[in-house]
Amino acid sequence: MSSPDGTAPPDRPDGTAAGQEEPKIEDLVHEDAGPTPRFEDLAEEHAEHEAELSAEVMTESGPEPAAADPAVAATGTAVATEPGKKMELGPVGHLGDRLFSAFARGSGGLVVLIVAFVGIFLLALAIPALADDKSSFLFSRIWEPGGDQPRFGIAAMFYTTVVSSIIAMLIAVPVAIGVALFITYYAPKRLAQPVAYAVDLLAAVPSIIYGLWGILFFAPILLPVINGLSDALGWIPLFEKPPGDNVGVVFTASVVLAIMILPVVTAISREIFAQTPIAHREGALALGATKWEMIRMSVLPYGRSGVVSASMLGLGRALGETVAVLIILSVPNGNDPWNSSIFAGGETFASKIANNAAEFDSPEKTGAYIAAGLVLFVVTFLVNSAARIIVDRSGPGGRRPRRKRGAGVAQGASS
Amino acid sequence: MTAIAENKPAYDGQALDLTGKSGARAFKNTLATVLIVLAFVIAMIPLLWILGTVISKGYHLLLSADWWSQSQRGITVRREGGGAYHAIMGTLIMSLITALIAVPIAVLGAVYLVEYGKGTRAARVVSFMIDILTGVPSIVAALFIYAVWITIFGFNRVGFAVSLSLVLLMLPVVLRSTEEMLKLVPDELREASYALGVPKWKTIMKVVVPTAFGGIVTGVMLGLARVMGETAPLLILVGYSKNINLNPFNGFMGALPTMINQDRTELALQPAADRVWAAALTLILLVLVLNVLARLVARFSAIKSK
Amino acid sequence: MSVNRLLRVGSVAVASLGVLALSACGSDPTPSGSSSPGSSTSSAGADCPQGTLNAEGSSAQKNAIDEVISKYNEKCADVTVNYNPTGSGAGIKQFNANQVDFAGSDSALKPDEMTAATKRCGGNPAIDLPMVIGPIAIAINVDGVDKFVLDGPTAAKIFQGTIKTWNDPAIAKLNPGVTFPSAPISVFFRSDESGTTENFTKYLKAAGGGAWTGEPAKKWTGTGAGKEKSAGVAEGVKSTKNSITYVEWSYAVDNKLTTAQIDTGSGTPVELSAESAGKALAAAKPAGTGSDLALKLDYATKAPGAYPIILATYEIACTKGLPAEKTALVKSFLSYFVSKDGQASLTDLNYAPLPAEIQTKVDAAIQAIS
Repeated sequence: MSSPDGTAPPDRPDGTAAGQEEPKIEDLVHEDAGPTPRFEDLAEEHAEHEAELSAEVMTESGPEPAAADPAVAATGTAVATEPGKKMELGPVGHLGDRLFSAFARGSGGLVVLIVAFVGIFLLALAIPALADDKSSFLFSRIWEPGGDQPRFGIAAMFYTTVVSSIIAMLIAVPVAIGVALFITYYAPKRLAQPVAYAVDLLAAVPSIIYGLWGILFFAPILLPVINGLSDALGWIPLFEKPPGDNVGVVFTASVVLAIMILPVVTAISREIFAQTPIAHREGALALGATKWEMIRMSVLPYGRSGVVSASMLGLGRALGETVAVLIILSVPNGNDPWNSSIFAGGETFASKIANNAAEFDSPEKTGAYIAAGLVLFVVTFLVNSAARIIVDRSGPGGRRPRRKRGAGVAQGASS
Repeated sequence: MTAIAENKPAYDGQALDLTGKSGARAFKNTLATVLIVLAFVIAMIPLLWILGTVISKGYHLLLSADWWSQSQRGITVRREGGGAYHAIMGTLIMSLITALIAVPIAVLGAVYLVEYGKGTRAARVVSFMIDILTGVPSIVAALFIYAVWITIFGFNRVGFAVSLSLVLLMLPVVLRSTEEMLKLVPDELREASYALGVPKWKTIMKVVVPTAFGGIVTGVMLGLARVMGETAPLLILVGYSKNINLNPFNGFMGALPTMINQDRTELALQPAADRVWAAALTLILLVLVLNVLARLVARFSAIKSK
Repeated sequence: MSVNRLLRVGSVAVASLGVLALSACGSDPTPSGSSSPGSSTSSAGADCPQGTLNAEGSSAQKNAIDEVISKYNEKCADVTVNYNPTGSGAGIKQFNANQVDFAGSDSALKPDEMTAATKRCGGNPAIDLPMVIGPIAIAINVDGVDKFVLDGPTAAKIFQGTIKTWNDPAIAKLNPGVTFPSAPISVFFRSDESGTTENFTKYLKAAGGGAWTGEPAKKWTGTGAGKEKSAGVAEGVKSTKNSITYVEWSYAVDNKLTTAQIDTGSGTPVELSAESAGKALAAAKPAGTGSDLALKLDYATKAPGAYPIILATYEIACTKGLPAEKTALVKSFLSYFVSKDGQASLTDLNYAPLPAEIQTKVDAAIQAIS
């Protein structure tokens, strides 16, 4: 930071940056900006003063660097990203800026690298096993990996994983949004804080405990509910109850999963609802909106993207939960016909892998389970993309922060 | 947090008085209120039940000093005594290493997504990758690190390997929540800062991140809470030890989730069952303490942004 | 730089201080010598080395080895022994990957595993040491039934799914005077691959008179609903009426489940006890030749008073090739394990002690490790 000479910093981004083009362009930018280092120095010194003594900011700030730099910034980032679409407002081109930007980009790149590595590793293990598979991987429900004639398919696991997660989401998301709204806008202030803490605490309960509590304490209570539902709706195959009083069923696991993801979704939604600009809320109220209308018109649209992100994190946890599901679900044997009911047992991808991880004795067998893990990847990704597309398409105009920022950028471009 | 405080219920009354509401609107408003309160009640029942179970079954072991200062060396499932010191330290060490690696990457990654890469193809790729990462089950993350750390590099199973796999689980949680919080920082703040000639990186560090700090802390805590309770990576990557080991680069290490896992198969035996619930309660308390510390930090930095 | 940063740094410092304070006062619990009856005064190869021994494997012997470690530490306080009950397959895998010093397994090494193990031991063969004998109980939960008799064919039919209700004539014939409900039989099996399942299905195959159609395997091929680990099946039977399962004896005892007496054809049904399991073990023969100590159990035994469903678990160790200090540790611990003191502590935990003859052989093999 102390030496703003031109040669050192462009090398640094080269080492860490994820994108291949950016460092080059930054070199160019720097050369373009050759005659201005003095201004940059000044600006940085000013900026430091300003940040620390914000009260004096108005009087001290020099107009020249502020005016000179945006031009550099504008050309620089416009080329670096997508021409014409975007324009940075802040003065770019400082050493600090370049370093910071490189770190941020590097982190982004690191995430990509990590996922790519995980993906390559999974593929490398899964492909040989899949090549040996003697039955349809996607449509078979037999699972006999390893041996001379490996036969395995994910149909049954896929069904249980998806159904249990869907039920968990159907229960958890509406309740979580309700709780988040209650904490932010309905609860008396004295109650809101402790409740928020309590919900956060529940995210800390280890999943083993959810599993133990679920099977030992909760499942017996749920048995009458299961019996009632199957009596009323048993003619639908989804609700048909097999004989016996087994409580380790998909429905029980789903409800426990819902309770597990509730704190995650609630905590993030709460933070987001609380951030709704007070002007929006007051505006709605001033127009005579009821409290609910205020929430519907200003809070919910504002938080939509965040709530979806929170739900996706919750879904990720539900799809990938291992120990709790493993403890609760009973596993059907290979001889009985397949049962699609949510009142029957089953296995999810994660619980199956975890249950058998101790006995991975050959690469082919490991590969089969890894291939199942890979499917989980794909499922998660598809659901996430679908959710994002829905959010992007259905957002009612102008309220989402993304659009707002877009407006800000457009303003910058016109100046 | 601060925003909750800002919410002034006084406005509601005025709004209600100002308009002649139709019956339908009033009904909807009441219905919504009832549903929201109902959601709260529904959510609280199982949550309090779980907490109640854990506390009532686990608290008495926590009252003894031995619990906090002794290991389980030589204590079998049929015997009382010993403590969770080895597991508490193991959990703290491994999760703090995890946080030290994951939080900077996650926060900077979110800064990249919101402040630098917005709308670009590269950012979309990063975002896509994070979505995928949210779907990695802990067991798959653990198998991946096992393949890299042990099969390829030939190292031994150690606590640090667990931390590496937990990073994979913590990253998406912290990154996504931080991203959402950064998105909510009004552009007016950024513009004002730029207009004063403050460089972009300082704007981010001194204006954007502090404004979103409360939310970021919540995300970090959620991430930490999740990884502290994970069992599968611990089983595969370090192995449980009843003895004290504070070195994350050598030897088996105790941790609270694996301590629970060891004793949960013997719930029919009272000493083991006691330890299961006590270890769970300890884990919750650890997260609570970290939470309080983090919120103190958040509060101090919130003053600054004002 | 600023006040806030100071505060931030300050709270981090306070947090780390707290951690340090906690780290300063940790200790191991003091062994309560008084609680152990027959405190070891014998000299069973008790030179005490120092160091850490890591092991992993079978969960069937977890309670046994935990107890032995605890007892061993009363004698050799400077040795730390860790045992992770993750499963036999995992144990062998970690042993072959050089991650643990010895493994626990429910079955002897297979040829390809032996190849990998030989490589891990620097070209020296590994050895299977039978160490813990665990009887497997057939446990039931039926109202009003606290004495229950089964024979091989009937058990095979129940677990195969050909006998579906409790009031089946075959069951009634074995249990005269007991009234069974007409309810369906809920069978629970181990959903994870396990040595318990393998040994139990070996019994069903050997004594079932052809009623068991599958091959003995770690993975269950019969009927029923799967539960995770011994704890899962035991809990399943405990909480579900009219259910049955196979589970290690100690779990049946701890969960207070009714266990079946086995009619082996010797005349009177045999109740499960350390003594009756020991009798079956006496009929066992070494499966291999020379130093290989793997046991061949006779599941169809008709010896009077012998309970036929037992599970032998092994410790797998290198005969040579470990570093000297590890060799000393392995020898010291395992020879305590097989000694009279070590084996005696297992009876209280519902395991059967090794017969004296096998004990001597195993001890000789351990002393030969170098």
